[in-house]
Amino acid sequence: MTAETALFYLFAFLTCGGAVAVALTQNIVRMAFSLVLTLGSVAVLFLLLGADFVGAAQLLVYVGGTLVLLVFGVMLTATGPFTRIKSAPADVILSGLIGVVFLFIVSRTVTSVNWDKVKTDVSIGTHAPAVEPAFNPTQQGNTTRPLGLSFLSVRSDRDLKTGDQAAAAKASGIVAKPSAGYLLPFEIVSVHLLVVLVGAAYLARTKRRAAV
Amino acid sequence: MRNEVLLAVNYTAQDRFLAGLVRHVAGLFFQTYCERNHVRGESASSMMDALEAKSLAEFIQTLLGCSATVAYVVAVIAHVGLVGAWFGLPAGLFIWAERKISGRIQDRLGPTRTGGRFGWLQSLADGAKLIQKEDLVPKDADGVMFRLAPYIVVVASFAAYMALPFSDNWVAVGLDVGLFLTLAILSLEVLGVILAGYSSGSKWALFGAIRESAQMVSYEIPMAICALCPIVTAGTLNLNEVQLLQSGGGEPLSFLRWNILHPFNFFAFFVYFTCATASCKRAPFDLAEAESELVAGFLTEYSGMRWSFFFLAEYASMFLVSGLAAILFLGGFDDGLGLIGMVKASTSSGVVHYLANCVGFVVFLMKASVLVCVQIWVRWTLPRLRIDQVMTTCLKYLIPISCFLFAGTVAWPFVLLKMTQHSNLLGGPAGARLVKPAAKSKKLSRVDAVDNVRPWVAAKENSR
Repeated sequence: MTAETALFYLFAFLTCGGAVAVALTQNIVRMAFSLVLTLGSVAVLFLLLGADFVGAAQLLVYVGGTLVLLVFGVMLTATGPFTRIKSAPADVILSGLIGVVFLFIVSRTVTSVNWDKVKTDVSIGTHAPAVEPAFNPTQQGNTTRPLGLSFLSVRSDRDLKTGDQAAAAKASGIVAKPSAGYLLPFEIVSVHLLVVLVGAAYLARTKRRAAV
Repeated sequence: MRNEVLLAVNYTAQDRFLAGLVRHVAGLFFQTYCERNHVRGESASSMMDALEAKSLAEFIQTLLGCSATVAYVVAVIAHVGLVGAWFGLPAGLFIWAERKISGRIQDRLGPTRTGGRFGWLQSLADGAKLIQKEDLVPKDADGVMFRLAPYIVVVASFAAYMALPFSDNWVAVGLDVGLFLTLAILSLEVLGVILAGYSSGSKWALFGAIRESAQMVSYEIPMAICALCPIVTAGTLNLNEVQLLQSGGGEPLSFLRWNILHPFNFFAFFVYFTCATASCKRAPFDLAEAESELVAGFLTEYSGMRWSFFFLAEYASMFLVSGLAAILFLGGFDDGLGLIGMVKASTSSGVVHYLANCVGFVVFLMKASVLVCVQIWVRWTLPRLRIDQVMTTCLKYLIPISCFLFAGTVAWPFVLLKMTQHSNLLGGPAGARLVKPAAKSKKLSRVDAVDNVRPWVAAKENSR
């Protein structure tokens, strides 16, 4: 077993364990902490896969941002210290059913993919197979630059070629069609978030008292 | 139609200089990208090659010839040990410095009685005292969370050192998302503080935690925006590349390249440093502890080692944010005269490069330590703000200022290019120092990279 596999199992266990603890704990702050554990371990799994940017975003957005707000909200809304939540038996059965159905869907999806084929097909920018035989962290995680370039409509895996490929492309004289960029869609989504933010600030602001 | 919209994003209006810049930047990025993925293919055998290895794991592997997994595990242990020592040692040193400086500033007696000259044994004596103290958990506290909270704070500020380069390429994990990941991990520290405040079962602790989270969540925004200003100037999130771009690379007077001399980054530095001080909960922003109002805030119920964990984490994150400031704005390992760069450029000997890096390490430590001392100086000379003043400073002043600085940093190269035909005042492309070594190695010259980019730029220009 390589170091990578061992780490994967460790953090996969923490992910699942944290998720189970969220469902089973009754203390609401411990629940939030288990959620931190789950989301943080998912971030580590992303980092192990070499998806550094997604991993860091997961840490910043989910673990750092959302959970602080969650814990904050819980503290401000709880009526007594160390509030406990107890669900009704019907709720437990219903949510259990939904969970089982979801597990079935996910496991069907995972098992229906031919992973060996994906291993050989997928390549990240470097024109090399995505899965390296040895655990080599310096090779991995150079995803930020390709991501940024693809925002500017340069796909490093398609548009830019190195060495012999570049020479061949130059000799053939065929200019490939430029790829589509993602900058505009990304900005539109960000503006949506800004609209939500302004809306929330509008709703939460103190109402001016009517002049007496 | 869709393509045309996207084209409009890339080249607003008919501005030729913008197209030129996009081409230049894309060529530069692609260049460094290829260079990094190429160099790795070589197999090294001699000691010289081992010294030039990209990572410690690689070094161990080439030197001892062991398997990748073993080399990796050994490298991880070495890195954790080094960074771990770094977590403890400066804390002791800076606590001593804090006492001495505060003693000078406020006419107090600093440590004098505890052995050694200048009372340098005081921190050790404190450590010995804290270890002996009883590990208390209050009756009303949530035991598990109360015990866990200090560890979250410690782990968060410790793990943030992961992507911090101490010299050229001296970094535990050299990531392309270095700054992003560091800021993300630093933001986890507040979680431990909230848990500590909540689980203590004391109103003072809870008040402290609520203040702390309100403060940290707001100050993160201007801090991140100001940290992005030098990132925009450098064009990379990789902290090592950011400091490399500011180093001389063989030119004399390399301090002219430091980001702090960039007109917008100059102001961003001060805003960043203010926010960094606030995010370390240091006075005048130490509302979370505020002895005169809240006993000791979220620390009220803690004692012994768990209490000292919070303090270790505070000093560690002080050093971390100061180190980040040194890398982002003050050239990192660069000495300012360009001596290190000249030595490195004059020879390809691995040993000389290593020694130059050691000098760079000392330079970096000095820069970061000076900034930590500034934080200490500020703490003992400025009175504490009120909570509403803290929030006003951030939301009404620092955030708009940082947004303006960010927009200015983005617009600056375009204005310069329009007026002087250069993307920076000194002339020459900003990334020349990154590209040079690649041109020497003949793997892929800069001309190739530009040639690679040229076809699609031409295609876009034709399609209009």
